[in-house]
Amino acid sequence: MTVIYLDNNATTKVDPAVLEAMLPYLTELYGNPSSMHSFGGQVGKALKEAREQVATLFGAEEASEIVFTSCGTEGNNTAIRAALAAQPDRRHIITTQVEHPCVLNVCKQLEKQGYRVTYLSVDRQGMLDLMELEAALTGDTALVTIMYANNETGVVFPIETIGAIAKGYGATVHVDAVQVAGKLPLNMKTSTVDMMTISGHKLHAPKGVGALYIRKGFRFRPLLLGGHQERGRRAGTENVPGIIGLGKAAEIASFELKYTGREQRLRDRLEQTILTTIPNTEVNGHPKNRLPNTTNIGFKYIEGEAILLMLNKHGICASSGSACTSGSLEPSHVLRAMGLPYTILHGSIRFSLSRFTTDAEIDRVLDVLPGIVENLRAISPFNSDEADWLQGREEVLV
Amino acid sequence: MCNVYKAHIAHHKESTLHSETTTMWDYTEKVMELFYNPKNQGVIEASNEEGIATVFGEVGSIACGDALRLHLKIDIAEDRILDARFQTFGCTSAIASSSALTEMIKGMTLDEALNVSNKDIADYLGGLPEAKMHCSVMGQEALEAAIYKYRGIEVEQHDDDDGKLICSCFGISDAKIRRVIIENNLTTAEQVTNYVKAGGGCGTCLTDIEDLIAEVQAEVAAMPVKLAAEIAVSQEKATRPLTTVQKIALIQQVLAEEVRPVLLADGGDVELFDVEGDRVLVSLKGACGSCSSSTATLKIAIEARLQERVLPSLVVEAI
Repeated sequence: MTVIYLDNNATTKVDPAVLEAMLPYLTELYGNPSSMHSFGGQVGKALKEAREQVATLFGAEEASEIVFTSCGTEGNNTAIRAALAAQPDRRHIITTQVEHPCVLNVCKQLEKQGYRVTYLSVDRQGMLDLMELEAALTGDTALVTIMYANNETGVVFPIETIGAIAKGYGATVHVDAVQVAGKLPLNMKTSTVDMMTISGHKLHAPKGVGALYIRKGFRFRPLLLGGHQERGRRAGTENVPGIIGLGKAAEIASFELKYTGREQRLRDRLEQTILTTIPNTEVNGHPKNRLPNTTNIGFKYIEGEAILLMLNKHGICASSGSACTSGSLEPSHVLRAMGLPYTILHGSIRFSLSRFTTDAEIDRVLDVLPGIVENLRAISPFNSDEADWLQGREEVLV
Repeated sequence: MCNVYKAHIAHHKESTLHSETTTMWDYTEKVMELFYNPKNQGVIEASNEEGIATVFGEVGSIACGDALRLHLKIDIAEDRILDARFQTFGCTSAIASSSALTEMIKGMTLDEALNVSNKDIADYLGGLPEAKMHCSVMGQEALEAAIYKYRGIEVEQHDDDDGKLICSCFGISDAKIRRVIIENNLTTAEQVTNYVKAGGGCGTCLTDIEDLIAEVQAEVAAMPVKLAAEIAVSQEKATRPLTTVQKIALIQQVLAEEVRPVLLADGGDVELFDVEGDRVLVSLKGACGSCSSSTATLKIAIEARLQERVLPSLVVEAI
């Protein structure tokens, strides 16, 4: 069965051009870039080129501001630890309730180590209140770490305003831009952000490679200690094929940024048609302020995993924040932070497109989805907010 | 760069799905079959037919992420389930478990249906992933709720004495956790979470659940010892010979005054059927009829008590 892949916020297909760029480094060009001989040296040269390609995607001043990592999680862990080490006297961190677990869980552990952490709330549309940020900032705030766009809803945060406010208190600003790279232009030359994380496999490079932007002059402390790779900022022999792949993917993404309007048009058609043809559906997240490729839709009165497995039968790949798919028993922390009612929480599906998504694929989803929702609603004992079983349970309807 | 790249796109291999059934959860074919083509979904409308009753039982809530309303059509004279239908809000395995349950219980007498355990439902499906066992528990509970409702047995909202709230996230009492530990021989808090969700939210009750597991295990281990001790004590006391009539009267009195009040509090009941020599034949009713710890009830709550109060040689048997 042909796959219709609409789960690009989870991971993306490796671009064929990226694979082709990588192949020599998995075969004949296996030298160590740190070696003295020119067999290794030629690999070092390719690495330098990849660093420049990634620096261009970041809109960085210098290629030396880029450190290659193994993934987004490593980038975020490294940046948070580095920020705290840079100002050891400060013991306060500000983040949000809707961050990725690789930020939230680090913060939770830091709380146990004596740090104070403020988790900023979001509103029903997934947006931050900058007054809350301003009120939380003190001279003790070492770090403000905030995602650029949310992986589940695609809601974009105003990172430059956040950065400007945080700078007023001397805090380091780190941004998790894993979902943004390749979808919105980055310009670190004029940015207020000190560090920014991206991950290769979200922009058509392979899994196992990422990059951390570290502003020139920032007092950086590495997480991994060892050899002098990455100018002492990330020890360990480089994942050369992965880095070459990320370089190529960054080069293509810089070019393709001009065409994200096409993705957005497809996303909007998918979203609008669902909202108009399927009753009791809602978009989760701000209607405008979102990534061009993401839509998170709540299908009331039915459960997400059931929808996903019905879609799966047609080869359609999407994801859900329902409890049954999260691996825990609670629905998505992001949707809960938005204060969505339980009628929506368990039945939310995320479709995330890529530049490879076609009109025909969107048509196919629109063909099968109404029937799936109708069948599952026919099985459900809840079919409207007026369902007798929901009465007296206002807390689930809010 | 651009043209080279576009040319590659034209040549790229299409991704295909090699296996439809391999998902994050390792569901059996039976689960997927009943999910894609569920049997007996829907409601049973109230009937005016002579001798026919309809009833439904519900369990779960939309907040918890799954809920089941089970509808039964019952032949009153035969005490038999003629038809069963379900309405389920929930995931793949919740829908499959509900459908399986309706298939299993059609044609059963209500007493037979009360003996269906969550494990029977999971077995019918060829097994469920551990983390999804709570779906089978939900089926068993809805069935029990429907039958109790039909029989007019109040399922008491356990008060603080015998139903302390353990998991406040999912509203699970110690009574429910104890039951699932005993029925499925669970040994870890993680298993308890998989079966009844308790501990799956904030996680603060996980240590309480571990304590409860240790407590139940200790009780189960101590059961034979406790029983022997009680028998020894009662044998010392009992010396007087009884006539058959005296024996039956005394048994009736002990059952009425000391045994039934305890069982009723748990939604169960017992009735004396016959006394043949030292064999006391009783029938267990209500919750006791379906409870897998009914053997323990028989031995500890009834037999030990009768041996102590009436005659040490008495043996109690359920009919």
